[in-house]
Parts: sequence; structure tokens; C-alpha cells
Amino acid sequence: MGTLKLVSIWEKYSIIYWNGLNMTLQIAAVSVITSIIVGIILGVLRMSKNSVIKGIIKLYISFIRGTPMLIQIYIIYYSLSFNMTQFQASVVAMTVNASAYIAETVRGGIESIDKGQMEACRSLGMTYWQGLMEIVIPQAIKSILPSLCNQFVILIKNTSMMSVIGMHELMYNANTVRSNTYLAFEPLIIAAVMYFVICTLLEKGVNYLERRLRYSA
Amino acid sequence: MRDEVIISVKDLHKSYGKHEVLKGVDVDIRKEEVVCIIGPSGGGKSTFIRCLNFLEQPSGGHIFFEGDDLMDKKVDLDKHREKIGMVFQHFNLFDNKNVLDNIALAPIKVKKMKKEQAYALAEKLLARVGLSEKAKQFPNQLSGGQKQRVAIARSLAMNPDVMLFDEPTSALDPEMVGEVLDLMKELARDGMTMVCVTHEIGFAKAVADRVLFLDQGVILEQNTPEELFNHPVNERTKDFLSKVL
Repeated sequence: MGTLKLVSIWEKYSIIYWNGLNMTLQIAAVSVITSIIVGIILGVLRMSKNSVIKGIIKLYISFIRGTPMLIQIYIIYYSLSFNMTQFQASVVAMTVNASAYIAETVRGGIESIDKGQMEACRSLGMTYWQGLMEIVIPQAIKSILPSLCNQFVILIKNTSMMSVIGMHELMYNANTVRSNTYLAFEPLIIAAVMYFVICTLLEKGVNYLERRLRYSA
Repeated sequence: MRDEVIISVKDLHKSYGKHEVLKGVDVDIRKEEVVCIIGPSGGGKSTFIRCLNFLEQPSGGHIFFEGDDLMDKKVDLDKHREKIGMVFQHFNLFDNKNVLDNIALAPIKVKKMKKEQAYALAEKLLARVGLSEKAKQFPNQLSGGQKQRVAIARSLAMNPDVMLFDEPTSALDPEMVGEVLDLMKELARDGMTMVCVTHEIGFAKAVADRVLFLDQGVILEQNTPEELFNHPVNERTKDFLSKVL
């Protein structure tokens, strides 16, 4: 019976799953922070008045969005001549990929903020950057929180692709269990449920945060 | 009013593409003077006042502020903007900051004032505009009139040498216009230099030292309020006044 095997596999290999999940969450946590920082920078540069900067950023964003993430991972890990650990390569690949999507979201968010907010900043003697950092970006982030959350869920799921460069995260470890047990369904469904629980929790958490934010300010 | 000129505008032009909004405006604003600008919409009033602190980049001419030509590329605009307060039609309070933070932000960020000092100043100004009890509220919890009073306090926090008002009461419900105009009258009495685009003829009559009639991109007529409102010379001024008075 399948259920019996599920239990026995879980009893025997749970430590491998927990280790994998731990690594998945580590990659995701670091990548969320780096990709939002890089995403904001790219999003702001994307609106630059300098058409050369704007053009380069536009091309970069559409290139990243228009190529498979697997190829990006291979290029970053195998073809760049930096000596990166698998963890570092994973974070770089996640950041490169996710920040391109976040950049477009951030740009949309910034453009949705009333121009008067920046004008008020400038009229008080604040610089463009001070206005962005203090006033425009905090408001933009609040308005794009739902779609940012979506991207973080995608980011967590995309960490599974780091198994192809030998990163011992949840997907890789599920594969390890698969080859040890000569079973496919049970080892994989356990990992799938773990991804599902994490992503659902994240979504619920952000929904809650969003409701709270709506009432303050 | 003193004789010292604080803002001197020479042959100011502003175009959007082929559309010329300002076609050569010349005006001097003296220290402690209150100048009101009236005229039909689309005549360039807002564009003119927004050029004074370079929220709009003029296409030609000169704006001298305290002796410096702001059109000179070497001039640090941010330094001058510190001293030119601005109050907007739509308030433009910072939606993500509470009332006190709205007022204290620029002194902290621009003047590098210590936080305790900036918040003490903010509380003092909030008391001056009669809204001390709103200190911790967010802009979306205030009425239009309250928002505009906070916006004035925010502007005052930078201790400006001149304040620009761009139709400060046009977005207000009628019953809130009075509280904002009263505050502006108080500022005028305290000797603040003010340039005010307004449709409030009563206000202009009461506090203005000089009224400019701006239409089709030029100042067609200027005079003391008594003269301009009672004995307009220009045909278009007469026409405009006959509609609003």
C-alpha cells in the first residue's frame, strides 16, 4: 500500500527532507532580499532620463524574461569564471531572474504614485533620491505588495531548479530519496506537499499583512 | 512691505512642444509683499508659479532669487528650493507619514536638524495651525482643510523666505475655505512674502499688496487690489472680473 510506504519513507528519510527544506528556505530568504534590492534599483534605472541607461536596462530585463531560467542557471554556474559555491551561484541565479520581474512591477508601482508626492519633496529642497527613498518607494511597495508576494512564491518554487547544479535543497534531496528507494511517487509527493505548505503559508501571511496595512495609512 | 526685491522674473517663457504657455512674463516680488495672481484657467497662472521653484523648467528668460539666477546651470536648485515654500492645490501631504512626520521630514533630511529639535518644531507649528490633536493621524484621516493647514505647517518648517500658493483652496469644500484663508491671512500679517494663485477675490482684496492679472501667457494688468478690482483698464481684465465678481 502506498500510504504505508509514505509513512515508512517519511520515518526513514525525514531528516533529509528537513535538511533540504532548510536549504531551500535559506536560498529563498537571501534571494528575496537581494532580488528586491536589485529589482528596485533596476526598476528605478528603467525610468532613467538617460536613454542609454534606460535602453540597457530594458534590454537586460527583456532578455532575462525571455530566456529559460534553466539556461540562466547553467550560464551562471558553469560558464562564468568566478569561483562560486553552489549556494552563491543559486542566490545569484535567483536574483538575476527574479529581479528582472520585480523591476517591472516596481516601475509600475512607482508610476502609479501621484506625481504630487515627488513634487512636494522637491519643493521642500529634498533631492530626487531622497524623495524616492522616503516617500515614493515605500508607497509603491505597499501598492505592489500582492504582486510582489506572487513573485516570492514563484521564487520559492524556482529554487527547485538549483538541484541541477547539485545544490542540496528540497528537490535534490527528494531525488536522492527516489534513487535510494527505487520509488518515484512517494518521495516526490512528500516534497511537493512541503513546497505547497510553505507557499500557502507565505500567501496567507502576506494577505494578513496587506489587510493590516490597508487600515494604517 | 520692504523695497528689497526677493524674486525677479525677467522675460519668462515656457512652452510644451509647440504650445507656448508663458510668453514673456516680467515681475518683481519684494520682501514681505503679498502678490495674488488671478486670471482665467489655462492662462498660465499655475505654470508661472511652478516655474518659480522649477517644478516646471522654464524654456527661456531668467528668474533671480535672492540675487542668484536660477536658470544658471551651476546654481544648486535644491538649496534655493529650501527657501521657497510651496503649497499645492491638492495638498500633496506624504501619504505614508503621519502628520508630525510630514512636517519634520524635510528639516531632518534637508537641514540635517536633530530629530528631537525637528519634532519640537513640528509640534510648535502644528499648534500654530491649530491641529495639535492630529499629530499622530495619517493624511487620509484628515479633512481637506486640515490637510492644507498641515501642508502649510510642513512648508513653514523649512523657514522659507517666500511661500508660493498654487490655488490652495480650489480643491476644498466651501465650508473649509475659510480656515485655510484665515491661516494665510495670519501669515501675511506676520510678514511672510507670498505669491498666491487664487480665485478668492475676497482674499486678494483683503491681504494682497498687488494683484496681477495673467492671461494668454502674459501679465495684462497689475495694480493694488482696490484699483484693479474697481477700475480695471484692460478689456480682458474687465471681461474676466465681470464674470467672477
